[in-house]
Amino acid sequence: MTEDTDLLALERDILERIDTAENEAALEDARIASLGKKGVVSERLKGLGKMTPEERQVAGPALNGLKARITEKIEARRSILKEKALTERLKSETIDVTLPARPEQRGTIHPTTQVWQEVIAIFADMGFSVAEGPHIENDWYNFGALNIPPEHPARQEMDTFYLKPKEDGSRMVLRTHTSPVQIRTMENETPPIRIIAPGRTFRSDSDRTHTPMFHQIEGLVIDETTHMGHLKGTLEAFCKAFFEVDDVKMRFRPSHFPFTEPSMEVDIGCHWEGGELKIGEGDDWLEILGSGMVHPNVIRAGGLDPEKYQGFAFGMGLDRIAMLKYGIPDLRAFFEADLRWLRHYGFASLDMPSVAEGLS
Amino acid sequence: MKFTLSWLNSFLDTDASAEEIADKLTMIGLELESLTNPADALKPFVIAKVLEAKQHPNADRLRVCQVDPGTGEAIQVVCGAPNARSGMIGVFAPVGSYVPGTGIELKAGNLRGEASNGMLVSERELMLSDDHEGIIDLPDDAPVGTPYATWAGLDDPVIDIGVTPNRPDALGVYGIARDLAAAGMGTLKPLDATPVEGAFKSPIGVELRFADGDTSPCPHFVGRYIRGIKNGPSPAWMQKRLRAIGLRPISALVDVTNYMTIAYGRPLHVFDAAKVKGTIHARLAKPGETIEALDGRTYTLDGTMTVIADDSGPEGLAGVMGGEASGVSETTTDVFLESAYFDPIRTASTGRKLNLLSDARYRFERGIDPAFTEPGAEIATRLILEMCGGEASEIVIAGEAPLRNANARLRMNRVTTLAGVEIAPRAQVDILESLGFAVAGTDEEIVASIPSWRPDVNGEADLVEEIVRIHGLEKIAHVMLPRTEAVTKPKLSVQQRRRFKAARALASRGFNEAVTWSFLPSDQARLFGGGEDLLALDNPISTELSDMRPSLLAGLIAAVSRNADRGTETQALCEVGQVYPGDRPEDERLHASGIRLGVTGPRSALQAPRDVDLFDAKADVLAALELLGAPVDKVQVQAEGPSWYHPGRVGTVTLGPKNKLATFGELHPHVLEAFDVSGPLVGFEIDIDAIPVPKSQRAARAALKISGYQTVRRDFAFVIEDSVPAEKLVRAAKGAEKSLITQVNVFDVFRGAAIGEGYKSIAIEVTLTPEDRTLTEAEIEAVSSRVVQAVEKATGGQLRR
Repeated sequence: MTEDTDLLALERDILERIDTAENEAALEDARIASLGKKGVVSERLKGLGKMTPEERQVAGPALNGLKARITEKIEARRSILKEKALTERLKSETIDVTLPARPEQRGTIHPTTQVWQEVIAIFADMGFSVAEGPHIENDWYNFGALNIPPEHPARQEMDTFYLKPKEDGSRMVLRTHTSPVQIRTMENETPPIRIIAPGRTFRSDSDRTHTPMFHQIEGLVIDETTHMGHLKGTLEAFCKAFFEVDDVKMRFRPSHFPFTEPSMEVDIGCHWEGGELKIGEGDDWLEILGSGMVHPNVIRAGGLDPEKYQGFAFGMGLDRIAMLKYGIPDLRAFFEADLRWLRHYGFASLDMPSVAEGLS
Repeated sequence: MKFTLSWLNSFLDTDASAEEIADKLTMIGLELESLTNPADALKPFVIAKVLEAKQHPNADRLRVCQVDPGTGEAIQVVCGAPNARSGMIGVFAPVGSYVPGTGIELKAGNLRGEASNGMLVSERELMLSDDHEGIIDLPDDAPVGTPYATWAGLDDPVIDIGVTPNRPDALGVYGIARDLAAAGMGTLKPLDATPVEGAFKSPIGVELRFADGDTSPCPHFVGRYIRGIKNGPSPAWMQKRLRAIGLRPISALVDVTNYMTIAYGRPLHVFDAAKVKGTIHARLAKPGETIEALDGRTYTLDGTMTVIADDSGPEGLAGVMGGEASGVSETTTDVFLESAYFDPIRTASTGRKLNLLSDARYRFERGIDPAFTEPGAEIATRLILEMCGGEASEIVIAGEAPLRNANARLRMNRVTTLAGVEIAPRAQVDILESLGFAVAGTDEEIVASIPSWRPDVNGEADLVEEIVRIHGLEKIAHVMLPRTEAVTKPKLSVQQRRRFKAARALASRGFNEAVTWSFLPSDQARLFGGGEDLLALDNPISTELSDMRPSLLAGLIAAVSRNADRGTETQALCEVGQVYPGDRPEDERLHASGIRLGVTGPRSALQAPRDVDLFDAKADVLAALELLGAPVDKVQVQAEGPSWYHPGRVGTVTLGPKNKLATFGELHPHVLEAFDVSGPLVGFEIDIDAIPVPKSQRAARAALKISGYQTVRRDFAFVIEDSVPAEKLVRAAKGAEKSLITQVNVFDVFRGAAIGEGYKSIAIEVTLTPEDRTLTEAEIEAVSSRVVQAVEKATGGQLRR
C-alpha cells in the first residue's frame, strides 16, 4: 500500500464517519478522532517534522488539504444535524392552534354616549360649542325664565319631578328639558352664541317610548340676524349628517312651545322595508324634534335685549335618535344595563365618531 | 279634537277632499292624528228587500227569508229577528263580510236544516247603536242595492286633530273652519247669532256673588228661561254628528250643549227650571260644601272653587260639570240656559283637585272666547226652540265680558328678518284679516287688534307666526349658518372631554358602559351615604326611584345583580354620570365608576381565571386617571375610604392632603347582602371633577433623555411591621437617591414563622439609571446602603439578611 492510497483510505473512512454521524455528539467524536489533539490527521501532521523536505513537500499539502476537507465536511454535517435537530424539536413542540385563545373581556360604549359624541361632532363642525347645566334646577330656570307660567299644564305634577319642599316651601325640580341651559348660557355669554347642550332630563312617565329619565340635546343660536331659514338649513344639515344619507325628506309643521315663537315641529320621512325602518325617504313621517325662534320673553329672561338679539332653539331626544339610527326598539332597555343588550347594541371603545372619518 | 267632514262643511264652503283638508290641517299647526271613514267598515252591507219571510219548519223563533240585495236574485237567509217580515226593507250582510258588532266573518251555513247565506243585521251588529230589538227596518223607499252607509249618510270621514294648548279657538269646529279658510281651503260661512226675541221676562234671575266685588272667577254670566218645551230625542243630523265623534246622544237638551261645545268650543249648561230655587248665582264654594255632579259622584269642595248655585246650594261646578239635582230629564218642560265665562286658571285648579275631566273643563281651562258668551246663548236658544219647541224669555245678564281688547304692532319686514321669507305687506295683512285680526297701518308697520278668541297672541313674534303658519313653513328657504372659522376649533373643554375619555378608557379595559337611573330606592341611597330628605323626590314614580343617587355604584350593583340572576357570572360594568351630594347646581359631580364581579374571565384551557380583587379596581382607577390627565406619579393611596367598602380593603387616591380623586376596594358584605349579590365584588369611584385641569395645554413634550449607560438592578427585602403600608417603603426607597433611582418595584410580600408574628417581608427591585457614566461597584454599594438606611428609617424595619 502506498502512502497515497493509505491517505485516500483514511480520508474515505473519516468522511464516511462524519457523514454517518447521527447527532452532534457523534460528529464531535468524529472530529476529535480525526482533527483532535490525538486525532489521526493531527498525528500525521505532527509526523511532517520528521520527514525529508522532499517528502514534506508532497505530504504537507496532501495532509493540509485533507484537514481542510474534513473541517468543511464537519461544518456542513453540523449544520445539517442542527437543522435536523431543530426540525425534530419543532415537531415535538406542535400545539393545537384550534384551541381558543386566552379570553379577554370586550368592553363596549353605550349607544347614548356614542350618539352624544356623534351629535357633538356634527354641531361642532357647524361652529357650536357644548354647554351644560345642572340636573336639579330651580323653578325659574326650568319654567319661569322659559315663559312657562305657573298655571301651565307642563308644571303640573303629572309631568315634573319635584324634590321635597324646603323650609321656605319652594321645591327644586328635576329639569324636564335641557332648555334651562339656554338661560344659563345667555346669562354668561355675549352673543353671538352657538351652543348645544346635551344631557339628562326627567319626566314622570313610563312606557315603551317614555322613561322617567332620558337624554335631550338642546341647541341655541343667538345673534342679530339668524332666522327660521337658518334653523331649517341647520336641522337639515344635521339630519343628513347624522343619518348618513345624501338627502332627507323633512317636514316642518307649525306647533307650540312656550319658549319659542314661531314654533315648529320637525318630521323626517321614513318607511318600513322588510321590518326595518329606513330614514330619509318614504311616505311615513317620524317626529324627531321641536324647535322655533327663541321667544322674546326668554331672551329677556336671559338678560339680553330681544329688540337687538334673536335666534333659534331646538330640542331633541338623544336616546330617541339613537333608537332611530341604530334600530333599537325599546327605550326602557337603554337604562336597564342588561349585559346582553349592552354587548349587542354597544360600540367598541376605539370607534370614535368623527366628521372626517365617519360617524358610525 | 274630533269632527266629521260634513260638520266642517256646515261652516266651511269648500270642494276640498277630506285628504286635502287633513294635510292642510297639519301644515297650519292643527296636527292630524287620524282620518277615518266609518263607511269603510260598512262597505259590504247593502240595502235589501225581504221578498218573503216564512216560518222555519223546525224552529219556532226562526224565519226563513228570501232576500233580494238589488241583484234580482233571491238569497235564502235564516233570521231570528222578531220584526223580520215579507216586504220589509233591511240591511243585508253577504257571506264573507265581517260584521263589526259580532267580530265574526260570515260563512254560509245551515240552521236546523235550512240553508242560510248571509244575514239581516241590527244596528248593534253594525255598531251604530245599542239597538238589538230587531233587524234594521228601513222606509219603503230606501233604494235596494245601495250601500247602506251611503244612504244613511255614514260616509262621512272623521277627522281627529291634536290641538296645542295655545289654541283654544281650535277646540270648536267653527274655529278650525276659520283657520282653513284663511289657509285658502274655502270660505267661512257667516254665523247667525242674531238675538232671539224674548217673549217674557225670565222668572229666574242671575247674579255674581263674590266678596269685595272681585268677579274674576266668573266675570260674565248670561241666562235665559225657555218654557213649554218637549225634551225628546235630538234630530238625526245632530245624533249622527255626535255619534260619529264618540258622543252618545241622550236627549235634545243634553245634545245641544254637547253640540255647542264641539261646534263652537262654547260649553253651556241647561237647568231644569222647575228644580231651581231662587236666583241662580256664581260664587266661591263654601269649604266642605258638597255637590253631586252629573257623573253621579259626590265632590267635596273648597273655598277656591267656583260654583253655580241657587237657594238650595251648589247646582254646578263652574266650567267643569253640572249638578245632578237640577239636571234635565225627559219630562222637563221649562229650562234655564246658562252661558258663562269662567277663569281658566281657577277652572284648571278645580278640575285637578277633584280629578274631574270633562269637555267643558278642557275648554274653559285653555280659555274660551270671552266675547262669545251671548252669541253662544243665542245660537243654543235657537237650536232648543227648533228641536223642542217652546218660547224663550228675554236674556238675563250679570257682569260683562272680560275682553282684552289687545293690540300688537308688526313691522312689515319682521316676517323676512325673523322667519326668513318674503311676503308682500298686502298678503300679510290679508292673512291676519282672514284670521279675524283688524288691521290698521302702513306698508312699513301695522297695528293688529287681536281677536277675542286668540288669548295666545300677544306680540310681534306671534303675528309673524300667524302669517308664516298660514303662508306655509315649507316656503321658507333653507339657509346655512355662516361659517365662523375656516377650520373648526375644538369645542369641548378639558372637563367635557373627560366624560368621554373616562367611558372609553374603561371600555378599553373590558367594561361594558351602562346608563342607570339618576334616582334609586332610599335604603340604597342611605347605604351609599345619601338618602337625606333634601334629595328625596316629592312625587317619585315609584319607591324604587325615590332618591337622588349619591353614588353610581348602587345602580351598577343592582344591574350586576339582575345580570347575575340571568346567569352571567363574570361582569364588568361602568358608568360615567352625575351624582347628587346636594341640591345646589355646584353640588353635582361627574363620576366614573366601575364594578367587577366574580372572576377575571371565563374558564380556559390556557389559564385559570382568578377571583377579581381590589387590585383590579386599583389598576382600573390608575389607568383611567392617567388617561384623564391626572398626575398619577404624584398621587398617594391612603388605606381608608367610605363605609360601603370592606373597611380593611379600601383605598383612597389623593392628590395632596385634601383632594380625593378616587376610591376603590372590595364592597362591604352589607352591600352584597342588600343587593343579593354573591362576591367577590370590587369597585371604584372616580370624581372626575376633582381632577385638576392643567393651566395650559402645551402640545410640545419635554425633550426625551435617554441614557446610553448600563442600567443596574438590585433586589432588597425588608422585614417591617405588618401595619406599615408598602407605599411608605417604596417612597423611602425612591427618595434615597433621586438622581439615580428611576423605578422601585415591589415583587414579593411574605409572612410566616421565619419573619415573626406581626411582621412581613417586602421584597423590592430598585432600578438605577445613570445618565453620564457607568456606575462602579463602589457607587452601587453606596446607593444600596442609602436605600437601606432610608427604608429602615422611614418604616422602622430592617433589611432581611
